[in-house]
Amino acid sequence: MRILVCLSNVPDTTTKVKFIDNLTKLDTGGIQWVINPWDELSLTRALELKDDAAHNIQQVTIAHVGLAGSEPTIRKALAIGADDAIRVNADPRDAYFVAAQLAEVIKINPYDIILCGIESSDYNGSTVGGMLAEFLGIPSVSSVSFLNIENGQVLIHREIDGGKEILTLPTPFVAIVQKGITKEPRIAAMRGIMMARTKPMKVTEPVATGPLTEVLKYELPKPHAACKFFDPEHPKQLVEMLQNEAKVI
Amino acid sequence: MSVLVFTENWDGKFKKLSFELVSYASKLAEMLNTSAIAMSIGTVADDELQKLGKYGAAKIIRATGEGMNILDNQTWVNSISDIAEKEKATVIVLSNNIMGKALAPRLSVRMKAGLGAGVSGLPKSTEPFVVYKKVFSGNAFADVLIRSEKKILTLSQNSFQLLEKPEVPEIMNVSVSLEAGAVKTQVKDVQKQTGKILLTDAEVVVSGGRGMKSPDNWGPLLELAELLGAATACSRPVSDEGWRPHEEHTGQTGKIIAPNLYFAFGISGATQHLAGVSSSKFIVAINSDKDAPIFEAAQYGIVGDAIKILPKLIEAVKEIKGK
Repeated sequence: MRILVCLSNVPDTTTKVKFIDNLTKLDTGGIQWVINPWDELSLTRALELKDDAAHNIQQVTIAHVGLAGSEPTIRKALAIGADDAIRVNADPRDAYFVAAQLAEVIKINPYDIILCGIESSDYNGSTVGGMLAEFLGIPSVSSVSFLNIENGQVLIHREIDGGKEILTLPTPFVAIVQKGITKEPRIAAMRGIMMARTKPMKVTEPVATGPLTEVLKYELPKPHAACKFFDPEHPKQLVEMLQNEAKVI
Repeated sequence: MSVLVFTENWDGKFKKLSFELVSYASKLAEMLNTSAIAMSIGTVADDELQKLGKYGAAKIIRATGEGMNILDNQTWVNSISDIAEKEKATVIVLSNNIMGKALAPRLSVRMKAGLGAGVSGLPKSTEPFVVYKKVFSGNAFADVLIRSEKKILTLSQNSFQLLEKPEVPEIMNVSVSLEAGAVKTQVKDVQKQTGKILLTDAEVVVSGGRGMKSPDNWGPLLELAELLGAATACSRPVSDEGWRPHEEHTGQTGKIIAPNLYFAFGISGATQHLAGVSSSKFIVAINSDKDAPIFEAAQYGIVGDAIKILPKLIEAVKEIKGK
């Protein structure tokens, strides 16, 4: 069995983002790029599955759509333990474009389990995984908080309102994973970092497909009125404010 | 031409979320000089379906069929796209919730319709079609142009008010017949808590962080939640420590919520936490550190020990609510 982990390269989640060119472009100056937090979780889970010899997983591959600048992030994923990587050499213009490129990679070289994080911390779309499955015409399960292989069968927990469903489905499929899929993201050890340098990273060129959406302009959140403070000894005033001014209780 | 709105039902019942979606779709239909058609999959009684008419649904489609009782993304997307074709829908609206995230991306590819994911209001313009949404986990917003002729929008929860626009909609039944083996997703078991207010539905949320010091101190927090009819939440360190269940974790990698009122007890307000709660209409922060970043996001605050302030706050709520 082979697992593909789709990876997005995003600004470190503590970055205060800024925009240039009349607010039309992200100012990449000074940004620390990291593996999208949910993709880090799916990579960790893929490696945990591979660690258990009983699952007979031969390969965990990283797929990424991005320009050469994102190679350090891909190398980091290889250092954490992925076996190899494929980078589609294109600017990831929108989710539809990215999913179309990933689908081409998989059509040429099929995988049994394809993992996508439920969202990327930059555009928060929660879209690439489902789009990819539709391009491939294979099942998808979203909001996956547990994934295991038991007696050769895939077992998944899908979050629903107020609980979860326990389900199975045949391979190949796309699992769109969220928190709970693993405890802590795995970090690269020194040996992994050394080995990552020689692991194969294939670069392919994109297929022609238009993005369907485009960001026209960014906007920074408006600073809101300063916090109104209340006396810790007399929180009654606060409660009155919530009832009469804010009208929320 | 029409606007099709996918309304999820929970065991045959709608929630406020469904009415928000129909209100939104109906207003959008007005902008496009067309009408809003609502659809739901599964068995929903006529009088329940009629409730959607109150918010402007001009027609309601009930799709039922054997095998459609569990969410299988492919068969459901088949059904929605068939209905969208027949109704000549140019825009399809879903919620940006668990269900919408499962279906909307597939629909987007199926119909070659650009997806505006997590929009927080009506389009800024319809020609060109420009939507407004949160990006970088709430650290910025963006105007997004959708170029395709057909569009899919997922609406952020609690971002659109209910608008009454009474219609007397006709109810149309669509029966879905699936080929054998079409449903790939097999549900073996469902584990569900009942009787608890869901975090994503709650209008008031009471949340605790590390400043609560120990899981033993949660009693008053739960009491306050009970008094206010609120759901309970927590910060990531609290769920990581196992003080509270993971389902309560709100923040970037946990649940993203948008209640009317969010109480943060002993939560410092790291960027990752704020990413999950910044869409709340009001944030009340109680923290002993006056420089904690949570106070920059909050409208109301008290500087002090959350554990000491909670009982006083409970008394005040009892007094005022009791009047």
